[in-house]
Amino acid sequence: MLHLTTGRVGCLLSKQAVVALTGSGARMSSHGHHEVSDSVDMSQPMYWDRLDTPLPDRPWKDVLDSTDKSLKQKEKGPWTALSKEEKIALYRLKFNLTYPEMKRPSHEWKTVIGGMFIVFGITGLVVFWQCHYVYPPQPPTFDEEWQAKQLQRMLDMRTNPIEGLSSQWDYKNKQWK
Amino acid sequence: MFRAVVRLSTSGVRSLARIRPCYSAPLASRCCSHAKVETDEEFDARWVTYFSKPDIDAWELKEGMNTLIGYDLVPEPKILDSALRACRRLNDLASAIRILEAVKDKSGPHKDIYPYLIQELQPTLIELGISTPEDLGMDKL
Repeated sequence: MLHLTTGRVGCLLSKQAVVALTGSGARMSSHGHHEVSDSVDMSQPMYWDRLDTPLPDRPWKDVLDSTDKSLKQKEKGPWTALSKEEKIALYRLKFNLTYPEMKRPSHEWKTVIGGMFIVFGITGLVVFWQCHYVYPPQPPTFDEEWQAKQLQRMLDMRTNPIEGLSSQWDYKNKQWK
Repeated sequence: MFRAVVRLSTSGVRSLARIRPCYSAPLASRCCSHAKVETDEEFDARWVTYFSKPDIDAWELKEGMNTLIGYDLVPEPKILDSALRACRRLNDLASAIRILEAVKDKSGPHKDIYPYLIQELQPTLIELGISTPEDLGMDKL
């Protein structure tokens, strides 16, 4: 409803006025088409497929043609006289989706995971570009030579001689233990 | 009875045997208020009476069914029997089939409840001519 432009609001109001004036009391979406449009009249009983609400407020198809009406008449008699196809037809008149159809798995997870990886990829590209173009030059202290001299100095100072760095260095043989 | 035995929100219960006392008692003792706790028989009787109303209307059937499905239990066969008969009085086969689908869904992972219900309801189903969703091939996609 939030995306309704003023033009469509005007159209909606005039549509509701027409419905009110016809005085038929017909529900907005009772013309056989049941897509969710942005002109759903929430003041009328609505249909929905929900696992926890087996019987919605109104039947799925309330505009019945003559075959449907004759089937409904037959429903008033003994149900043993109905064939399987007629029973299925009666169900489909009243309900849109069966419980298994409501519970069917969707492929949405593939979209979600795929979208996630795409975003990761774009982020990776952005980070890579940033490393190349945005970061300042690396300080000299990261050079191999500098790091080697730094390590040698630390060993000469006997840094952490008991449990840490210097304890791992074999001073006699000048190698790591 | 099913409310006591099959706590759908827990997953530990497997048996359908009538082991009522050990499940009703903890409920009563945990109760903080001193309100009277309804027994399973009273609950069942209340709902059977609700659906047995001779001039029940479609709204009452809908409200009753939706409320019953909202509870954390699978209704007893006798409640379902009176609900199906209410559908018959309202000439509503589709709702009768829907009720059967709903209780199958309500059983959740306990796959043995629905066949038991159908077995218990078989005389009613035959008498009223209600086909199960399986008979109509509506349990498959």
